[in-house]
Amino acid sequence: MTAAQKSVATTRRIKVLLAKPGLDGHDQGAKVVVRALMDAGMEVIYTGLRQTPEAVARMALDEDVDVIALSSLAGSHLPFCTKLKPLLEASHLQDKLWVIGGNLPAQDHDALRQLGFTGIFPTGAKLDAIVDYIRQNVKEA
Amino acid sequence: MNDRAKEELKPITNESGIEVKPLYTAVDVEKSGGLSMLGQPGEYPFTRGIHRLMYRKQPWTMRQYAGFGNPADTNKRFKYLIANGQTGLNVAFDLPTQIGLDSDDPLASGEIGRVGMSVDTLRDFEVAFDGIDLNKITVSLTINGAAAILIAMYLAMAEKRGYDVKQLRGTAQNDILKEFVGRGTWIFPVEPSIRLVGDTIEYCAEHAPKYSPVSVCGYHIRESGANPAQEMAYAFCIAKAYADDVIKRGLHVDEFAGRLSYNFNIFGNLFEQVAKFRAGRGLWAKIMKEQYKAEKPGSMWLRMIAAGGGGGLTFEQPEVNIVRGAYYALISALSGTQTMALCSYDEAYTIPTEYSARISLRTMQLLIEEMGLTETVDPLGGSFYVETLTNQMRQKMEEIMAEVDAQGGIVKLIAEGAIQSKVSAQAYRMQRDIESGKFRKVGVNCYRNEKEEEHPVEFHPYKEEDARAQIAALDKIRAERDPARVSQALARLSADASAGRNVMPALVEAVKAYATVGEMTQEMVKIFGRYQEPIRF
Repeated sequence: MTAAQKSVATTRRIKVLLAKPGLDGHDQGAKVVVRALMDAGMEVIYTGLRQTPEAVARMALDEDVDVIALSSLAGSHLPFCTKLKPLLEASHLQDKLWVIGGNLPAQDHDALRQLGFTGIFPTGAKLDAIVDYIRQNVKEA
Repeated sequence: MNDRAKEELKPITNESGIEVKPLYTAVDVEKSGGLSMLGQPGEYPFTRGIHRLMYRKQPWTMRQYAGFGNPADTNKRFKYLIANGQTGLNVAFDLPTQIGLDSDDPLASGEIGRVGMSVDTLRDFEVAFDGIDLNKITVSLTINGAAAILIAMYLAMAEKRGYDVKQLRGTAQNDILKEFVGRGTWIFPVEPSIRLVGDTIEYCAEHAPKYSPVSVCGYHIRESGANPAQEMAYAFCIAKAYADDVIKRGLHVDEFAGRLSYNFNIFGNLFEQVAKFRAGRGLWAKIMKEQYKAEKPGSMWLRMIAAGGGGGLTFEQPEVNIVRGAYYALISALSGTQTMALCSYDEAYTIPTEYSARISLRTMQLLIEEMGLTETVDPLGGSFYVETLTNQMRQKMEEIMAEVDAQGGIVKLIAEGAIQSKVSAQAYRMQRDIESGKFRKVGVNCYRNEKEEEHPVEFHPYKEEDARAQIAALDKIRAERDPARVSQALARLSADASAGRNVMPALVEAVKAYATVGEMTQEMVKIFGRYQEPIRF
């Protein structure tokens, strides 16, 4: 095995949980992001629609992901993230990268950051910006 | 054109995959199949329009999508739109209502009244439509998973107010198969979901023969990534699946097909969209006549709303969406639609304000009053380009439908997630093309403002106290209603669902007893189960 091969073999692929929180049914964007992350070499677990905060926290823990990503377009991002934050903390997932995308008004960005969602990608964000942000900010396992 | 001139031109292919030439002549029309499918407006195959005089007799219905908060808030917005010249209503429901949850369900928390009005019982409909003349203003209910319940509720509300349900007009979206592809407000698994659509069609054919129980939506499949030809082809496959279910019950196609309607999207290349609608009208008429042996012209009509355009609007430079909307309205008018609605310029941000909804309404009124769009039927008919493209679009749609059938049919492909995967892969390629600048979007990948201005968008407020008021109103109804009558009605619903009988009579009875949307949904979930989304990339 060459050094390069070894490094590929031992460096774990970035593992992302991409969840659709709440009752929102808009999944076009989430599925597009899933494909972009997979094309970028990441492993993506897409939850499908209608996930509760409890389900998201449980999957993030069970799947041992590096990134917890939400896609929200129906306006309930703040109440959802408010419920999700303590659950992720209780599972000791505060060191993971938390990101969120979708229909997220600028006036809510500070509140989302305070809830631990450091990567915020409102409508209009570029796919490569999401990929780059995750690569640069994901914490080494 | 000589070879050299050809060489200098970059080939252009439209979104549906048809090559666009720099010039069309009568030769192209002939080569694409001639004018054999053209006919006259109001005559088979209806390519030029389903009515002889179209807008000359009556302009399109204007029906902006509206609804938020409590039924009383929505009633106010309805009255505002009607006062401003709107001629129909298109009701938006909140997500708990759409997926059959009561406002006091823990899963509804944070979502009550957010993207539409909340409805728990018949009382909410009584409030929402109070003071609105249901004979003058036709109402369209944008409801799918819980459609059977809300249709029952609408009919019960109208009956209670003294309307003759046999004469009542109106529409429900009630297209569950497309919800599995895009939009996502499903509840039950695929098979019982189709059965419920069949129940509503069968029930309305007998009890509310002027009501349109289904509006088959290419619209959301297009928003999910389908191209215009696929949008219409998949919608036809879905409509056929519903028709087949009803015919299996012993109804003749002419007993119900006249009340099927459609919902299509209007963003994209103007000529491609206009050709799509003209081609679709001819193809649907042909399908109904040749495959289903329909005899009544009404059964062959592609009655539709051509509307929205949300997928074409941009977050960047939102005020430019007002202009996009105007072009989309023009497409809709040139398409020969029966109903029109526009996504408002701020809709990429928030629920439209009264101001932005009014601009959309004025955009459509302008076409009627100032631009001459209602004076002549199918004004683009006879254009070499449009006629050629209409033929080519119809052939594309036929190819796509044949491909679906060869792969086992639309129901199977949706249940397996194959259509979802296909359109989502296309949406990804389109997003990449937009980001690389290959597919041009003004303000997004070209003509960006050097410094983005403050967006002139006013956010629709979400009021927690409204959610609490809705729950309090529900508590009050639960306390006041006759519990024996409710449990009897729910028991009948359960029995009918499990015996395979049409559930609509039981739903109407339950609605009248003020059973809640959540209670009725629960009874059916016990029998039908819940849909499990196939995850497939």
